[in-house]
Amino acid sequence: MALDSKIPKGPIADKWTNYKNHIDLVNPANKRNIDVIVVGTGLAGGSAAATLAELGYNVKAFCFQDSPRRAHSIAAQGGINAAKNYQGDGDSTYRLFYDTVKGGDYRSREANVYRLAEVSANIIDQCVAQGVPFAREYGGLLDNRSFGGVLVSRTFYAAGQTGQQLLLGAYSAMNRQIGRGKIKMYNRHEMLDVVVVNGKARGIITRNLITGEIERHSAHAVVLGTGGYGNVFFLSTNAMGSNVTAAWKAHKRGAYFANPCYTQIHPTCIPVSGDHQSKLTLMSESLRNDGRIWVPKKMEDVLAIRNKTLKPKDIAEEDRDYYLERRYPAFGNLVPRDVASRAAKERCDAGFGINATGEAVFLDFAAAIQRYGKEQAHVKGLNENDAALVKKLGQEVIKNKYGNLFQMYEKIVDQDPYETPMMIYPAVHYTMGGIWVDYNLMTTVPGLYCIGEANFSDHGANRLGASALMQGLADGYFVLPYTIGDYLSQDIRTGKISTETPEFEEAEKNVRDRINHLINNNGTHSVDYFHKKLGKIMWNKVGMSRNAKGLNEAIIEIKALREEFWKDVKVPGTNEEFNEELAKAGRVADFLELGELFAKDALMREESCGGHFREESVEESGEQKGEAKRDDENFAFVAAWEYKGEPSEAVLHKEELEFVDIELKQRSYK
Amino acid sequence: MNLTLKIWRQKNANDKGKLVDYKINDVSPDMSFLEMLDVLNEQLINKGDDPVAFDHDCREGICGMCSLYINGEAHGPDRGITTCQLHMRMFKDGDTIFIEPFRATAFPVIKDLVVDRTAFDRIQHAGGFISVNTSGNTIDANAIPINKHDADTAFEAATCIGCGACVASCKNSSAMLFVGAKVSQFALLPQGKVEATERVLNMVKQMDEEGFGNCTNTGACEVECPKGISLENIARMNREYLSASLKG
Repeated sequence: MALDSKIPKGPIADKWTNYKNHIDLVNPANKRNIDVIVVGTGLAGGSAAATLAELGYNVKAFCFQDSPRRAHSIAAQGGINAAKNYQGDGDSTYRLFYDTVKGGDYRSREANVYRLAEVSANIIDQCVAQGVPFAREYGGLLDNRSFGGVLVSRTFYAAGQTGQQLLLGAYSAMNRQIGRGKIKMYNRHEMLDVVVVNGKARGIITRNLITGEIERHSAHAVVLGTGGYGNVFFLSTNAMGSNVTAAWKAHKRGAYFANPCYTQIHPTCIPVSGDHQSKLTLMSESLRNDGRIWVPKKMEDVLAIRNKTLKPKDIAEEDRDYYLERRYPAFGNLVPRDVASRAAKERCDAGFGINATGEAVFLDFAAAIQRYGKEQAHVKGLNENDAALVKKLGQEVIKNKYGNLFQMYEKIVDQDPYETPMMIYPAVHYTMGGIWVDYNLMTTVPGLYCIGEANFSDHGANRLGASALMQGLADGYFVLPYTIGDYLSQDIRTGKISTETPEFEEAEKNVRDRINHLINNNGTHSVDYFHKKLGKIMWNKVGMSRNAKGLNEAIIEIKALREEFWKDVKVPGTNEEFNEELAKAGRVADFLELGELFAKDALMREESCGGHFREESVEESGEQKGEAKRDDENFAFVAAWEYKGEPSEAVLHKEELEFVDIELKQRSYK
Repeated sequence: MNLTLKIWRQKNANDKGKLVDYKINDVSPDMSFLEMLDVLNEQLINKGDDPVAFDHDCREGICGMCSLYINGEAHGPDRGITTCQLHMRMFKDGDTIFIEPFRATAFPVIKDLVVDRTAFDRIQHAGGFISVNTSGNTIDANAIPINKHDADTAFEAATCIGCGACVASCKNSSAMLFVGAKVSQFALLPQGKVEATERVLNMVKQMDEEGFGNCTNTGACEVECPKGISLENIARMNREYLSASLKG
């Protein structure tokens, strides 16, 4: 099947408006006869469910957590971008569009990104109207801050809990519709298959995680807002339950999986402390507004710090290597995430890592505390030369901006980041890859939509900070509710979809067979044993930098591990009860398939772009020596994989990317 | 360190349940409390026993999914954190640790340490929102300036994670801190004032129907709240409720 992205004709600034003016609509009376399933209740799924219900559709929403408010969007910290230009610093829809395409290393679809930038301002208006308490200035207007990879301040925030506040906004919009009976909410339900009838997505099979009951749910369309698959690495900043299962089942039912290898390794996370580690904790990118990243210049200082005979603050300024400021003077500590992560790895690989494992760098707030302290002293008419006072005032400002992050850090590491620099290291955070969708956000299965992190569309090969929240809400509030109407307008006479059909029968049987296999396997190793092994393969061979040899090995190792899993996994208990091990087993089984496709995709893409760094593709001379080398001639395409049984047999389909409004250029932050 | 754990085991909602003893050795002080339970569960699975069921997800103190009543305190002995942020360095070698579910009539046990907190959701369905449709035509976000103090106070109330520690800590199993936080967030913002009367009446009515108790101002909820939600929110809700009742 040829991929049709369905990008509307016309100038980029008019595409979305023209498109909306010409699509088919469903009249309000008919909407009452149409059912839509939304899986996942994060920013994308939650906002979509609420908006579809407001429009009049009957929505069934599903989440595996005990409440829709727990979806992992809640953990997003730093902020949400919008081209409001409230700061008057030259921002515009075009500039946000440009920054996002450039930040994504020219591997995203121009038309989608432009639309995202276009609706971004509406998101802020909408959220404020819902009562989302964004940070404000003393004049009562909204405050902004700056994020990596951009030269303007366009990020709206609520302390270090922006994701929480936005998600609770979407949750409140859902609650209003649940109260009205327009959304039927299914908590603690996991989607285990998509049902396709006559070529159209017509329902899902779920497992009730409390009782184990396998249920059939039908609808006229199915929307997946099920998040990313970073947990394929076992250790990531994702929640423990975050998984690829819904997306993977959709893939197996015909939805192409695009760019699986595009993973964001976030530069500022708390380093790994030991084998018991179950997850990694992010320290928001917003900290790079005020924190300076460095390692010692001299190896003797590195060793002294590791031996704890020297404190970081005792190292003189001239003996510190602020390597981001040194290598990228234009953007300094605010280079995009992929660049910052690789630079940290480069220093640590060279032996300059500052903790016992050699995998950590400093993020230092001392300079910002001084700067803010002096400013506050000046504003308050106090003595700017009183060091203790300046420090106190400066710390207060920092606390106001990042208090919850500093507290999180202190609880985990047992060090006070107001007094000593944080230790940070890159960790898996976000997956730009995902289910392929067209301009309508529809997958290659008619009637099956995919929104938010779960789809592949807007971030190319690298996502800029504060853009995930923007995309999730753009998709759910302002894009999908329009585009889905065009499809559903054909369904006004269809009537209720029956679940008593051979397709539902077959899907349910598949689900049951698989559960029975897992429960009765009686192997010798727990699910986590396999998950951790998979994570190690992924991190070592498919992680921050990749080469053909390692990727080929990873493909063989993952396949072997998958076979071992199915022979030897041990799942205690029964299906007919609350059984977290069983739920985990199903998710890890899917990760074991995705992992192989992921490595295959990384092997195919013989260029370095964004978060995907191939050691064979590096600039060898000139100002950019050592930086990632993109290959536009051969790889300016979206890699969409079609399922054919084993991941090794997946078939590649290419969507060529055309750049009309933005010139393809070397991505320089120097 | 080596520890003795006394963990509440309960097969399902109908089972009576009891405390069961477990020994766990070589616990690292850098582990989180839930990672310690992960290690225990790995051992139980390998022995062919049923692992301990507990709720958890983000493991960074924001989703509100984790719970646990540890040595008689919701989220354990540390302050200003959830159980997933509690680290084993808070305990000593040889300690005995009691681990129980959040107990309240309105939070029935599902299994072991997992409880059903959907009563909280139902209170939100009754009024925890501002009735504004998604349109893209709402007024500009900066059209109504909001006093920074009010905006910050609304934000602080809105940081509630809905974990239920307030209920578990209260001798009356009152949900007033949880409900007060949501009522306050909206009452402090101009957008929320329009529906303030119906909101507080509806949410309090639902709270009572769910079987939560009354507030007797002991302040235990504020002490145990991982997000430091202030008792002032309860006072504000009471004022809102009184004025709504007089209007109504």
